Amino acid sequence: MKKKIDFLFAGVGGQGTILVSNILAEVGRRCGYDVKKSEVHGMSQRGGAVESHVRWGEKVYAPVVEEGGADFLLAFEMLEAARWPHYLAPGAIAIINRHRVMPPSVNLGKEKYPEEKEIEAILTGAGGQVSWVEGAAKALELGNLALAGVVLLGALSARLDEPVEVWVQAVGDLVPAKFKDLNVKAFQAGREMTVPNN
Amino acid sequence: MKKIMSGNEAFAYGAYLAGIKIGAAYPGTPSTEIIDNFSKYPGVYAEWSTNEKVAFDVGAGAAYAGGRALVAMKHVGMNVAAEALFYTSYTGMKGGLVVINADDPGMHSSQNEQDNRHYARFAKVPMLEPSDSEEAKESVKVALEISETFDTPVVVRTTTRLSHSLSLVEMEDPVADEAPAEPVAYERNASKYVMVPAYARPRHPVIEERLKKLAEFAETTPLNRIEPGDDQIGVITSGVVYQYAREVFPNATFLKLGMVYPLPNGLIRELAGRVKQVVVIEELDPFIEEHVRLLGIQTRGKDVFPNIGEFSPGRIRRCAQEAGLIPGPDQPTAAVTMPQLPGRPPMLCPGCGHRGLFYALQRLNVAAFGDIGCYTLGAAPPLNAMHTCGCMGASIGVVQGVDRVGVKDRTVAVIGDSTFFHAGVAPLISLKYNNSTSTVIVVDNRVTAMTGHQDNPGTGKTLQGADTPVIKIDELARGIGFKKVDVVNPYEFRTVVDTIKDHVQSKEPSLILAQYPCVLNIRERKPALVVDVEKCNECGNCIRIGCSPITKVEGGVSINAELCIGCGFCATICSQGAIGPQNKEGGTDQ
Ligand SMILES: Cc1ncc(C[n+]2csc(CCOP(=O)(O)OP(=O)(O)O)c2C)c(N)n1
Repeated sequence: MKKKIDFLFAGVGGQGTILVSNILAEVGRRCGYDVKKSEVHGMSQRGGAVESHVRWGEKVYAPVVEEGGADFLLAFEMLEAARWPHYLAPGAIAIINRHRVMPPSVNLGKEKYPEEKEIEAILTGAGGQVSWVEGAAKALELGNLALAGVVLLGALSARLDEPVEVWVQAVGDLVPAKFKDLNVKAFQAGREMTVPNN
Repeated sequence: MKKIMSGNEAFAYGAYLAGIKIGAAYPGTPSTEIIDNFSKYPGVYAEWSTNEKVAFDVGAGAAYAGGRALVAMKHVGMNVAAEALFYTSYTGMKGGLVVINADDPGMHSSQNEQDNRHYARFAKVPMLEPSDSEEAKESVKVALEISETFDTPVVVRTTTRLSHSLSLVEMEDPVADEAPAEPVAYERNASKYVMVPAYARPRHPVIEERLKKLAEFAETTPLNRIEPGDDQIGVITSGVVYQYAREVFPNATFLKLGMVYPLPNGLIRELAGRVKQVVVIEELDPFIEEHVRLLGIQTRGKDVFPNIGEFSPGRIRRCAQEAGLIPGPDQPTAAVTMPQLPGRPPMLCPGCGHRGLFYALQRLNVAAFGDIGCYTLGAAPPLNAMHTCGCMGASIGVVQGVDRVGVKDRTVAVIGDSTFFHAGVAPLISLKYNNSTSTVIVVDNRVTAMTGHQDNPGTGKTLQGADTPVIKIDELARGIGFKKVDVVNPYEFRTVVDTIKDHVQSKEPSLILAQYPCVLNIRERKPALVVDVEKCNECGNCIRIGCSPITKVEGGVSINAELCIGCGFCATICSQGAIGPQNKEGGTDQ
């Protein structure tokens, strides 16, 4: 068991970061960690930028990750990934859904959506490693874009030592019963996509 | 067994365990989930009251009758309920009354970041402040005990970060559900419960005496404790900030306060005696710090940690380093340069009926005096169609004031359905009573959307799922005496424009009910629309409605099919008929 693992989720309101981060917290609890989690609901849910913090540890005090402390960044959307370089711990892994949701200023033609290379450079420049995941594509293949987050979770699980059964159980227990099989499939797909060599 | 719970879930669980049977609240981030969760426990009655004042009165009445009651609200809700806080402080109550107050440092979803610890001192009532979900659960039980022992309402203060953080909570055996007792006679005691001057005057000394006893209690309650550490720094703190401070000062001696009013002078002096330097770490105002100074104890506080915005471990660490309270980083970390990125503010959802109304107001260049809800997003670019937003229900009084001065612009008040029931009815009556000619538009999406789709008097359902007659806003206005009342569908652009024009020029008070159900609530979805680039002349109308699927592209616009829910409003206002459903060949069908 590691002393602590800090996870940061970034996405757009409505993408389901809350459910997926709840599953991650539950996996930590079932593996014997003290866990805390934090997010802010309300105004930002209306298509704004959202964040969730999940912390596993022997003893966790603050429910939020400190700047420079995140071991993993799970980004449900590409631009949202780029907002968090200052939170990455040295060698942190950013798992990013290859998926764009245009913000209003880009829709209006006033600003440019950053290139994939720029996003990658922002995060590697802060000492992180970037792992792109075809979460949206896989989710659409399974029939529902909302599954992308669970695909990312699968990708994350491949980089951690916790037993796969615990993950699959937690996914099954926390998603709505009628979508259980689909979510487990999405999780497995994400897990298989990832070669945990780094 | 432990379960992961949010602070708000834990408050509800604690209330259930404590045997609280009556819960009342009006929704408000970050407090909403407290009563929402409480309402699901067996054997309880819970309601969405129309506003926080009503909720508090319901709680007071329940406690007067000997019941145990829970009331919850966001910080600004306490402003609305303050009258009830003050009278219940004087009267006390037969059963226990716990009031959970959720502050919002950092203003994640609020119009200000007032520090409601002042209310405890102001109304002379005790206030508790837990620091994680387990303590949240326990705090309700202790609050109830204090309430019943000291004959006072007890406020439990939470903040956004505590309410919406999750941590482990010890599960307890469910409380045995006592068989409902036979109703007992209401205990009449005018000198305690009828606060006319003659009876209120003798109550004041009782309240002062109560405060003294509570201060003694504060010295011995396990809620307040000294956590031994080294003799260099003694940190005084409370709430979730305690958790941050623990990370930044791992070796310090702590006075951890679970009760922030009245404060324990003895424990504060004891801490000061143990360490070289006292440091108070508290979000927002120097509430504890000023008290410590009054005791003649030197302390660091707001000179180190700002009185603006939310704290975090990182922020506390940086402030403490700058002040030399802790050493700086071993090696200066290379500053990460923050990239310039397009922002992503919240927006009206694709398919939101509010958009139709605001687009019409924008096109008519009406000055719109607003209110609080999802519809406040009508103030954001590119709609820019709402021009004030202060507090719940303000719009109707404000437009009346503006109209009394008189401005060149056409003016309206814009208010949501839930906001109208909360604080719009009295000003509507005032408008009529005073022969004003203002126009009020109620944007009725048939639900309290902003705070997560709670029922309200217009939805036909109660919090616990019972059917109840829909209170119709148009009929209510007519009942008050409004003659000019129209109901429109905000997506019928022409009708909406004509109706607004007609109302703003009329010489009588008038009301427009713009009704369209919240699409997030009914989850209606039609096929996405497409743009025929041949027909598009880039007039920009569709861009100006601020709908997130619509993006400007080379030579035209495009609609993101994943986001579009096919409401068709962009097609209605397209000057070229270039937007429509996809036909079989892939073009538009118009
Ligand atoms: C005194 C007070 N109580 C509660 C809130 C929280 N709050 C903000 S908007 C809102 C309700 C909005 O509902 P509605 O008027 O129906 O508009 P909608 O969001 O559905 O468009 C609430 C409860 C507040 N800001 N102030």
